[in-house]
Amino acid sequence: MSTNVLFDLPGPRTRLRNNVLTLLSAAVLLLIAYLVIAKLGEKGQLDAAKWEPFLRGDTWTGFIIPGLISTLQAAAVAAVLAMAFGVLFGLGRLSDHRVIRVFCGGVVEFFRAIPLLILIFFVQAGPATLSGYTVSVPAFWAVVVGLTLYNGSVLAEIVRAGILAVPRGQSEAAYAIGLRKSEVMRLVLVPQATTAMMPAIVSQMVVLLKDTALGWIIAYEDLLNNGLKQFAVNYGNLIPSAIVLALIYVAINLALGWLAHRLERRNRRSRKSAAGPVTPPSAIGTGGGRSGGPGREAVATME
Amino acid sequence: MDTSTLFDFSPLVQDFDKIIAGFWATIRLTVMSAVLALVLGTVLAAMRVAPTPVLRWAGAAYVNVVRNTPLTLVLILCALGLSDAMQLTFSDEPSTNYYWWAVTGLSAYTAAFVCEALRSGINTVSVGQAEAARAIGLTFTQSLRLVVLPQAFRTVISPLGSILIALTKNTTIVIVGSYIEAAAQMKQMFDDYGGTIPIFLGFAFGYMVLTLPTGFFFGWLAKRMAVAR
Repeated sequence: MSTNVLFDLPGPRTRLRNNVLTLLSAAVLLLIAYLVIAKLGEKGQLDAAKWEPFLRGDTWTGFIIPGLISTLQAAAVAAVLAMAFGVLFGLGRLSDHRVIRVFCGGVVEFFRAIPLLILIFFVQAGPATLSGYTVSVPAFWAVVVGLTLYNGSVLAEIVRAGILAVPRGQSEAAYAIGLRKSEVMRLVLVPQATTAMMPAIVSQMVVLLKDTALGWIIAYEDLLNNGLKQFAVNYGNLIPSAIVLALIYVAINLALGWLAHRLERRNRRSRKSAAGPVTPPSAIGTGGGRSGGPGREAVATME
Repeated sequence: MDTSTLFDFSPLVQDFDKIIAGFWATIRLTVMSAVLALVLGTVLAAMRVAPTPVLRWAGAAYVNVVRNTPLTLVLILCALGLSDAMQLTFSDEPSTNYYWWAVTGLSAYTAAFVCEALRSGINTVSVGQAEAARAIGLTFTQSLRLVVLPQAFRTVISPLGSILIALTKNTTIVIVGSYIEAAAQMKQMFDDYGGTIPIFLGFAFGYMVLTLPTGFFFGWLAKRMAVAR
């Protein structure tokens, strides 16, 4: 506690008061937990029949694991495509040619300013209408393309911030030894920027994985859809299913978050890169410079 | 379908009142959820920095669970689970009931992020500031009120702006909870008129009208209130 901004080291009286507070708050929290459980029990949500399906193998092999695989598939494909999109447009925004810079900037800011869901709706319905109802976009691709455009735009900002975070001396030195523009980028800036932006990229992957759940709305058979629509309807156990599914998502995302944290710690220690770690970009106009500044990491996985 | 209908902006004019109603619902959801999320988020942040381990633990557990759950799942749990399956209702009027469940889900989710933003704001205040405050004889509440919190609040303006924008965009997901807002309205128009570019651009523009000024306002405010360090 000695490094805490808010409190001094507690003396005997404060320690006593803190202990009383601890007891009191524990009692209040237990009471809340009891009330929630009692309410669930009263509505029959804790009946064994509603939970028993999760103990059977065919629930997992028939619904949850196939759903999880579709979710991971959509997330993996979208992650690769979004990364490519992000590198292309991130470097595009740093181009020496004004036209490319403005075009890439416009695209990135547009996709970041609109909700992902209306983008997914348009990707699904647009091509059908435009082709006179001869083309139909499968739900998988609607989700993947939507996720790619949105997350790719965020990644583009991360890439740009990563490149800009490399001290200018690096590129000046590279030019001085006679490297060409593409070589400076490829051999000097990108490798160092990659190290700096790794944590931000991984935490964007948490967003991407969470957003695959939007597949529910357009009936993509992901984890959420398999677990809640198809499975829960059979057993009438929506609330138990939702709790189990939430735990699965939380477990995967905590693992990803832990990875991001480790990468960041390793990055801070390593001397491979002259660039400091990049925080995820803040929303348009809200300031904080190229990267989000303090507090941005905390809110990065919201959208 | 011939090309003239592809660039036909008339659906936007024909359904103008419905579109405005949709965006009005979006604004109502955003504002109410933002207020409640700010309140709940502040309480959670206070819990996470409290001297009491139980409260710190409970706050951390809430934040880590909610932050890593998809919002879609949270809103489904509220609308289909708590409201429909468990028959817990705010009102007999379905639209009022689903509005409040949507607000509950959105603010429960957003509060986790508000909490983390506030907490990181408190962490950016350097220990030297608190030590100096204590050295000149300020009490705990005085140092909190006069030194720590004013600096913390100023640093979190920009992240809070980002949260508000994300919240505005996240209201689209309320479509799973039987409440009609702008995204549901766009889906309806896609079904009525086909998925044309003008309809998409019209709604995209509508969201930008909401998000861009919010962003610039918070950017301006953050710059104006910035703490010189």
